[in-house]
Amino acid sequence: MKKIEVITRPYKLDEVKEALTTAGIKGMTVSEVKGFGRQRGHTEVYRGAEYQVDFVPKVKIELVVEDALAADIIKTIQSAARTGEVGDGKIFVSHIEEVVRIRTGETGNAAV
Amino acid sequence: MNAADTAFVLICAALVLFMTPGLALFYGGMVRGKNVLGTIMHSMVIVGVVSLVWAVIGYSLSFGTDIGGLIGGMDFFALNGVGLEPKESVPNLPHLAFMIFQCMFAVITPALISGAYAERIKFSGFLLFSILWLIFVYSPMCHWVWGGGWLGTLGALDFAGGAVVHMSSAASALACAIYLGKRSGYGKQSFIPHNLPLTVIGAAILWFGWFGFNAGSALAANGLAASAFTTTHMAACAAAVGWMVVEWIHRGKPTTLGFVSGAVAGLVVITPAAGFVTVMPAILMGLLGGAICYGGVLIKHLFKYDDALDVVGIHGLGGTWGALATGLFATKAVNELGNDGLFYGNPGLLWNQFVSVVATWAFCFVMTMVLLKVVDVVVGIRVSSEDENKGLDVSQHSEVGYQL
Repeated sequence: MKKIEVITRPYKLDEVKEALTTAGIKGMTVSEVKGFGRQRGHTEVYRGAEYQVDFVPKVKIELVVEDALAADIIKTIQSAARTGEVGDGKIFVSHIEEVVRIRTGETGNAAV
Repeated sequence: MNAADTAFVLICAALVLFMTPGLALFYGGMVRGKNVLGTIMHSMVIVGVVSLVWAVIGYSLSFGTDIGGLIGGMDFFALNGVGLEPKESVPNLPHLAFMIFQCMFAVITPALISGAYAERIKFSGFLLFSILWLIFVYSPMCHWVWGGGWLGTLGALDFAGGAVVHMSSAASALACAIYLGKRSGYGKQSFIPHNLPLTVIGAAILWFGWFGFNAGSALAANGLAASAFTTTHMAACAAAVGWMVVEWIHRGKPTTLGFVSGAVAGLVVITPAAGFVTVMPAILMGLLGGAICYGGVLIKHLFKYDDALDVVGIHGLGGTWGALATGLFATKAVNELGNDGLFYGNPGLLWNQFVSVVATWAFCFVMTMVLLKVVDVVVGIRVSSEDENKGLDVSQHSEVGYQL
């Protein structure tokens, strides 16, 4: 099984979610994060003093899929999240050793 | 005794009281989230504690029978002799009404100083300091200007507290900023306001309450009160716009914090002059005050002191400009118990105002330094660096402002 971690623009969350559920994904976890890559932050001014804020708000989407589906899901995510501008984000893929459904005790692909 | 005046002054006292919780929110929104409750506590606790000290001894030291032009006597200790009947010098109000109105001024003044020592003062030190400050700094100042002391006798004009409230708290704030030193991480970490909507609510409450502060200082429901009300509002507006324009030109955008800071600066500037000047000069004073105080908040970077919430920049420079501008624009046509200023043919008033500026800054700064040393020796004044990093809310109060 593969864990797919997506960091992308907050307003793209709905589009990515719709694309994933259409593709058959049954669940995901979302968190609000901050970060920067090549996209720089912005300047804030308080009482005449300037502050450079480097971190940009992003959304992180995490999902676990069967190995066979991973490549297609990544393509789906990329086409939904892409704008072509700096700041679109990244997708990280890692190996998941085990998955357990708490309610039933199912493991492996049946639990995904 | 006059029923309308009494009703008016009592309502104004309530408005002025409301300013201190307003200040709590104004300051609270500007500090980092981990210090929001600690900052609010400074103002709120001062309401409770300082009111009591005022009742027991502060009122008497301020308004008791004059001793040598420097301090009042103990005639009114524990409000002895302060009852329902008027006192001689204020025949239209019950004595208690005058006393309780003055109480609210005594409360907000030490609360203003909390902007300078924000985010690093120990609560026990803050408490002892505030009590001592009321007794040894505020009461003498109040006596000198309003209680029959030497500044009032000299002829310095201060309608609602430019010296007694604003310059005094600012000079003391400067002493606090210097004595306590910079906040940990100052200059390296960015300390930005954590909740500006809170600050705006606080500023609105201050603006509203200030009508009690300035118009109420007419001590009567009359034309002078209406005049002071109007100059107060217009000066606030002019200063808010003035600050906004200067900031827009200097930094490229007008900011929310800038606009409300400008309004507060204007209110400070007009405080000594509210019942002595006409409306157009009040607007000019506000416009210039907004610009001057904008510069005021920048100078702390030049002199490298950490006046966390700009008490010196706004109350100090604003109060000083207001006091001197009173010497320019005061006219007996508004208030025959006042005087004429330079632009009405009397340069003497400007000199008196200048004396009051120097005396206020010198006395309050020095006395505060002494008190800080005493408090530091007795209970300690600054939190440990570990407590400062945890934040005052957790370290001083075992509370968290926001359960998110």
